[in-house]
Amino acid sequence: MLGENFSVKKFQIVNRRMFIVGMAKAVIFTGIIIRLFSLQISDSKKYLTLSDKNRLREWRLPPVRGQFLDYFGNIIAGNLKVYQLHVVPEQVENFKYLMLRLKEILNLSDKEFKKIINRRNKQKSWETLVVSENLTWEQFAKINYFLHDLTGAKPVLSISRDYPFDETYTHVLGYVSEASEKDILNNEVIKNNHVPGLKVGKIGLEKSFEDKLIGTNGVQRYEVNAYGKRVNQIDYKEGKHGENIILTIDTEVQKLCTELLKELAGSISVMDIYTGEIIAMHSSPSFNPNLFLFGISNDDWQLIKNDPLKPLVNKTLSGLYSPGSTIKPIVALSALENKIINSNFKVNCTGKIEMYGQTYHCWKKKGHGVVNLRDAIKQSCDTYFYEAARKLGVDRLKKTALKFGLEEKVLKNTFEIEKKGLIPDTEWKKNILGKGWVIGETLITGIGQGYMQTTPLQLCLMTAQLANGGHKIYPKIVVGENDETFEEIKILMQEQFEKNKKTRNSLAEATEEIFSKNKRYETLYENFENIKIVREAMFASTNEIRGTSYSSRIKDSKYQYAGKTGTSQVKRITEEQRALELKTIEIPYNERDHALFIAFGPYKNPRYALSIVIEHGGSGSATAAPIAKKLFKLIIDRHELREKIRIKGQLKRA
Amino acid sequence: MQYSSINNQLSFAQKIRNLDYILMMCILLLGFISSLSMYSTDGGEFLFHTKSHIIKFLIFFPMMIFLSFFNIKFWHLFSYAFYLIILLCLVWASMYGVKASGSQRWINLYFINLQPSELMKVAIIACLAKYYHRIQLNKINSLQGILISCVILILPVMIVISQPDLGTAILIALSGLVVVWLAGLNIKYFIYSFIALLISLPFAIAFLKPYQKIRVLTFIDPDRDPLGAGYQIIQSKIAIGSGGLTGKGFLKGTQSYLEFLPEKHTDFIFTLFAEEHGLIGALFLLLIYIIIIYRVLLIGYISKSYFAKLFCYGYGSAIFFYVVVNMAMVLGLLPIVGSPLPIMSYGGSSMLATMIGFGIVLSAKINHKQLIA
Repeated sequence: MLGENFSVKKFQIVNRRMFIVGMAKAVIFTGIIIRLFSLQISDSKKYLTLSDKNRLREWRLPPVRGQFLDYFGNIIAGNLKVYQLHVVPEQVENFKYLMLRLKEILNLSDKEFKKIINRRNKQKSWETLVVSENLTWEQFAKINYFLHDLTGAKPVLSISRDYPFDETYTHVLGYVSEASEKDILNNEVIKNNHVPGLKVGKIGLEKSFEDKLIGTNGVQRYEVNAYGKRVNQIDYKEGKHGENIILTIDTEVQKLCTELLKELAGSISVMDIYTGEIIAMHSSPSFNPNLFLFGISNDDWQLIKNDPLKPLVNKTLSGLYSPGSTIKPIVALSALENKIINSNFKVNCTGKIEMYGQTYHCWKKKGHGVVNLRDAIKQSCDTYFYEAARKLGVDRLKKTALKFGLEEKVLKNTFEIEKKGLIPDTEWKKNILGKGWVIGETLITGIGQGYMQTTPLQLCLMTAQLANGGHKIYPKIVVGENDETFEEIKILMQEQFEKNKKTRNSLAEATEEIFSKNKRYETLYENFENIKIVREAMFASTNEIRGTSYSSRIKDSKYQYAGKTGTSQVKRITEEQRALELKTIEIPYNERDHALFIAFGPYKNPRYALSIVIEHGGSGSATAAPIAKKLFKLIIDRHELREKIRIKGQLKRA
Repeated sequence: MQYSSINNQLSFAQKIRNLDYILMMCILLLGFISSLSMYSTDGGEFLFHTKSHIIKFLIFFPMMIFLSFFNIKFWHLFSYAFYLIILLCLVWASMYGVKASGSQRWINLYFINLQPSELMKVAIIACLAKYYHRIQLNKINSLQGILISCVILILPVMIVISQPDLGTAILIALSGLVVVWLAGLNIKYFIYSFIALLISLPFAIAFLKPYQKIRVLTFIDPDRDPLGAGYQIIQSKIAIGSGGLTGKGFLKGTQSYLEFLPEKHTDFIFTLFAEEHGLIGALFLLLIYIIIIYRVLLIGYISKSYFAKLFCYGYGSAIFFYVVVNMAMVLGLLPIVGSPLPIMSYGGSSMLATMIGFGIVLSAKINHKQLIA
């Protein structure tokens, strides 16, 4: 039958076609299985990593910055508790509404508000946005009051830098402020520990010791869901606090320096002549570093920036001054060492000398009469030093000056801004200015004018190295673990002293072996007698009648000090002006002389040296020396306490 | 012609004996596994999805057995009506149905939101099986035969596409096409229509909804928008891949637990399963499906009536399509189209349709010697 045949065929077709489909199914299933293998076996590791990346998220906590302590353990840069307002954008349902509410409650200006929004756009949505770094108590209370309406806003207790002594330490410590992109790029440590809003040192020791101070992040690792909600804490690693840094500075002395320089432009440095510890170092005027913590307001910034006394300049380290007469001890020492003169060498000062058709004036118009070296230093006779310098020559003078630390950064690389100044010689002039040296330039160099430029801290070091008997010392501002103790230094200096004596007695080769190879605290002189002569002359300058700083002397031998005044010309004095004999006050401020003073004491057993520079202060004896008198009392009074701390520290280390 | 005497009614005991127990065991096993997976999507708690899924399974599984007791002749008789009713429901759903996430495809029946397009997946097979059962072999490739089968096929597909629900439409089309193919339509028509499809594809793409276009583009390159359209594929692959050989353990699938996985109780249930139970689990699940498909095809093979045979072949292939499309999708081998994994995925209509299909298949098994005039 046709129908039946068809029917059978129909069944055949369907079975055959089913077989074909069945085969195709097998192939496709194989494909699925291969795919499963490739995902779950071959690439399993990759996907496991991706899955962990999905679910685990780390929150870095800001590191706790190390503190600065003064020599006595007082905190001079600490961490203060502050109230902050944080928002984690991804946990906020309506970010815009929240921000507008906060703007209202905190009374933010449009500018501040824009700044916050900009910050938000720069960070990831799960990173904490710091809306306010320093809420007042009132704002904090207000936020808490409205908290029900501010889902996502978190008022928290945080820490911030605090400088309890305000402007006293600004030029030493610098300040911190929010890390800029440049800070992050330039410093690997900052980069590694960075969190939004992290504050880093911008200048000063805060910047120099950034790597030690910064500490490390605490890390909270959470399991989060797809919406960024923290499900549970997997891991918490506490961050390491930054190291505390102990300075050699005495806050009491530092404070007095600040006070003494109030309303003046200038600098004071005080140094231990053996250990090189800087007891105080202040540049005036200063400014309050706390202003920079949360972003300085434009008004404050303009005020600081435009102050004619230049509070932003660290005058101690980067202020360059002609040393004036304060260089005379070095000129004298150089002349003595080179056997150009001896202590009996005399010059007749008539108030001026004519040389090579040029007139060179002594500061004393009437002249000092016949003076020897001691009198010349004591009365700061310029004529004497013109003559001495002329005989010495500038090249030999430079050698001695370099030995005593001029034209070299006192604190090496501790401060970026420190300048090294300039001690000229004939070669320098030829190479840099392209001109030959003129003998007249030697004369004015001899009284610390002309090309010569020094920083106040260099003058302090120079004085210290004269005071300690002509030994090289190693200035420092941070107490180090491996510093030699005062007693060790004394012994080393004694060794060097003996070595020098033996060498002079032409036993050169033998002594090399007898004494330690230690070159530290080497002698800076040929003949110790020369140092003695210069020191004694400085004593006379302060403590004998007609000495330039006689009126600033202290009679009590406990405080008695030796010093040397200096007056550094800012502008060349014309003949007409000289004839007018103007008083300081009658000259325009910017043309007034800088007043300088260097000193060391107590004279009988010296321990401290200082340098004072008052910009446009007039004469050193009138302006700078009286400050030293007030300062020395405190320095000496603090000595005993300082010794106690020192010995305690040494015991602790031992 | 001698018609078999087995045309008689079977006794109840015979019916019970004739049930396919391997198939039923596999379905039960799937129900069990899917309930556990649902429990896992609920975060290890006995919550809404788990409860609802178990209840549905407990209703629909007995229903399947109940349906299987109807003689295959009844299903043959009822097929056109079944198709027409579902077609009407589809039209109704498209016009008055419940809207959700941008498409209108549900009818609210108060105890369940019925999705007629899911039922159409079965109805179209039954309808075409009956159609080809009734016509002569030589009519299959006639113009009339082609036209009628085309109408049966294209009507529901167009309605479902317009809802819009591309995934279901594709599965309905595939289910229908495989029946047409099995019935013996000349292969050249498939080739012609395939060429026509390729030519019209650019125009078809122009008619796609924007979200559908994005899905296609995203399939081609999932990383082009990792947080947007590519997110599902990427997260699904991460979940499956991170499962490894043995999986992260029951209730320990972080991708799903932490909600990185979208649609985890419906379309992406296999992802969750593969994450928690690894390759071993995934292959086990696949094996169950393969056994099910094999049993269904086997029933078709032993069926004496053309209708039963064609339905079983068609339905066995359809299940294959459901499984393959779903798995290929979550494995990143196909674009994301909404397509549930039979019985595993949460969803009443899908399970209802699947169980009706199995009911008819079991009826074919019970009555496999039954001939239909």
